[in-house]
Amino acid sequence: MSGNGGTRVVVAMSGGVDSSVAAALLVEQGYEVIGIMLRLWAEEGTDMTGAPNANRCCAPEAVTDARAIAQMLGIPFYDIHAEAVFKKQVVDSWIDGYARAITPNPCFNCNRSIRFGFLKQRALALGASYLATGHYARVDRAGDDTPYRLLKGRDDKKDQSYVLHVLGQEDLAHAMFPCGNYVKSEIRSLAHKFGLPTAERAESQDLCFLTQGDYRGFLSRQAPEISTPGPVLNQRGEQIGTHEGLPYYTVGQRKGLQVMQKITTAEPMYVLRLDRARNAVIAGPASELGSRRVLVQMAHYCSGRIPEGAIQCTAKVRYKAREATGTLEPQANGSLVFQFDEPQRDATPGQGLVAYFGDEVIGGGVITAVS
Amino acid sequence: MQPYFSEVYGNASSMHSFGSAAVAALDEAHHTVACDLGARASEIVFTGCGTESDNLAIRGASLAMWKRGRGQHLIVASAEHHAVAHTFHQLQDLFGFTVTELPVGSDGRVDPDDVRKAIRPDTVLCSVMLANNEVGSFNDIASIGAICRERGVLMHTDAVQAPSTVLLNVNALNVDLLALSAHKFYGPKGVGMLYIREGTAYLSTLTGGGHERGRRPGTVNVAGCVGLAAASKYVAARRDTQAGRLSLLRDKLFAGILADVPDARVSGHAHDRLAGHASFVFKDVDGETLLMALDIEGIAVSTGSACTSGNPEPSEVLVAMGISPNWALGGLRISLGYGTTEDDVDRVIDVLPKCVARIRKTAHVMGSARVVAQP
Repeated sequence: MSGNGGTRVVVAMSGGVDSSVAAALLVEQGYEVIGIMLRLWAEEGTDMTGAPNANRCCAPEAVTDARAIAQMLGIPFYDIHAEAVFKKQVVDSWIDGYARAITPNPCFNCNRSIRFGFLKQRALALGASYLATGHYARVDRAGDDTPYRLLKGRDDKKDQSYVLHVLGQEDLAHAMFPCGNYVKSEIRSLAHKFGLPTAERAESQDLCFLTQGDYRGFLSRQAPEISTPGPVLNQRGEQIGTHEGLPYYTVGQRKGLQVMQKITTAEPMYVLRLDRARNAVIAGPASELGSRRVLVQMAHYCSGRIPEGAIQCTAKVRYKAREATGTLEPQANGSLVFQFDEPQRDATPGQGLVAYFGDEVIGGGVITAVS
Repeated sequence: MQPYFSEVYGNASSMHSFGSAAVAALDEAHHTVACDLGARASEIVFTGCGTESDNLAIRGASLAMWKRGRGQHLIVASAEHHAVAHTFHQLQDLFGFTVTELPVGSDGRVDPDDVRKAIRPDTVLCSVMLANNEVGSFNDIASIGAICRERGVLMHTDAVQAPSTVLLNVNALNVDLLALSAHKFYGPKGVGMLYIREGTAYLSTLTGGGHERGRRPGTVNVAGCVGLAAASKYVAARRDTQAGRLSLLRDKLFAGILADVPDARVSGHAHDRLAGHASFVFKDVDGETLLMALDIEGIAVSTGSACTSGNPEPSEVLVAMGISPNWALGGLRISLGYGTTEDDVDRVIDVLPKCVARIRKTAHVMGSARVVAQP
């Protein structure tokens, strides 16, 4: 045991391996650990038995697992309702993004407003010094006068620093990511060592609040008014087909584009961009995809300071995208421009651009425009 | 209770001698409970819990009265427990009943005059709780019951909160139906009791065998019922002394908290309330966070409602009392029981103000520091 006794830490528990091991590691390190699970919003409805739909990150089995693990570790456990705040801050603004013809990423708002907003506030209110999560990322501080730094997790494949880039100094000062120093296989062995269940729930590409079908069906039920059918145009502005509503399309998408038979060329057509003013999908061949210049209007820097000049570094434009080299150019108005050395196929307004200097997250933000 | 899990394991519905020993125990349990309530043993029906008692009573009496052609109008107070409120909602939504909801005053109590005004020729049932679970206030059930009886309306009361500190007499209360739950007076969890006055129109909404004289079919939880009866005897011997002691502790708690916490108020009536029930509202405090903060300090309390912090919907009961949302979200109920000591109360008076201060401080800091960006 180290000298951590008396330091209180709230762990965001999901019932999964990562957050369970995070909790166990903190208990082992002598912290006074409190487990909290957030109940998040899911689309209204019931299953065949009349039980209400649950958000995937807090399904009844997940709550049961998390409670059992807390019991095993001998720590207090609370599951608290965050449905309404999650709906408002995450789901509604995500829907609003589609209404503005972008492809929003709800995970940023969730980490900013729910985990490091709603939950962090409760952690501090409970007298905790830290909020810990099972994310694969690290927090580092070289010295008392230097800013806290957000670093990638040691496991390249599991690194989750992308979705955490929204954190600022005040968040990082109170953040702990106990899994960040391990690779996934080590986390599994630790789970064995601590006697924790290691079964993984199936990872899904879908969003946690979707309970039936994909996001398109969700939008058509929750916000039918934001989708109006319109034209598919080529880059010369000629109509080559029709679309069912801009929210159903994203940059790089090929599926679902109804291009008129006679215009169909040998080349398959892809969504190049969404033109909200004309309610049009602009389509073209794959060779036209890709942007070098990415604009982020409200840039966020983890250090809390705008860099003084351009930085040669790397960035990625989606969670699963590959990091690519380029130049970060901070702008005087608080925005940033990232010039990639090579065109990026998936750069899409609404998704995040996150810039890295080696392992360190410099910052980034929501992509406003690409060219 | 113990022997009824092993030696006296007979099923009370069986004819053999093992069953008969269980029947004897059940008979005695009915008798014990009836004595305490001033009722007859034949008027006592054991159930699975307080919620079941309320459900059986309300649905059973409403449907039976309707079947007799007496009408489909019901009266219920607006600060009832969900076991009552949701049953009335269902009768209205699915079974064609009309429900009049009675307002409650700022102290959470129903004005008996409002009951008089709400009664119509087709009114069949009125339900008002004896003591409010969230704010502790007593209703004048005797007066409300008398008004109902005079007009031929059946009277039900959810008295679940009361038995440990209040002597209940079904005749003095003028009620036809009364619900209790054993775990609220030191009995086992998962066993309840429903008093049904002889001659009351009642249709069992559980159908099956003839258990509990057909009023609650289903195998009887013998050990649980024996436990409920034992608890009934236990509180009968202690409730007067305890009520006196607890009301003093409660008032000390009120005084201590109000002195040390700014923007705090007592919810419910200041003294015409349950002896062991102290409830507060704190301005701009999330009740659920306060509950967790106290729990970590070893103090178990409740928010007194199904209110949930992430859902900025304050307690329906507090709202019905006219308390504004930024106060109602900070509702807290502290229950004092036979085991509560003055030291316990002093500890709450010491710890709770610090917790409230810390919650208010962090809420303030976060509120001013965080700007939510658009996606």
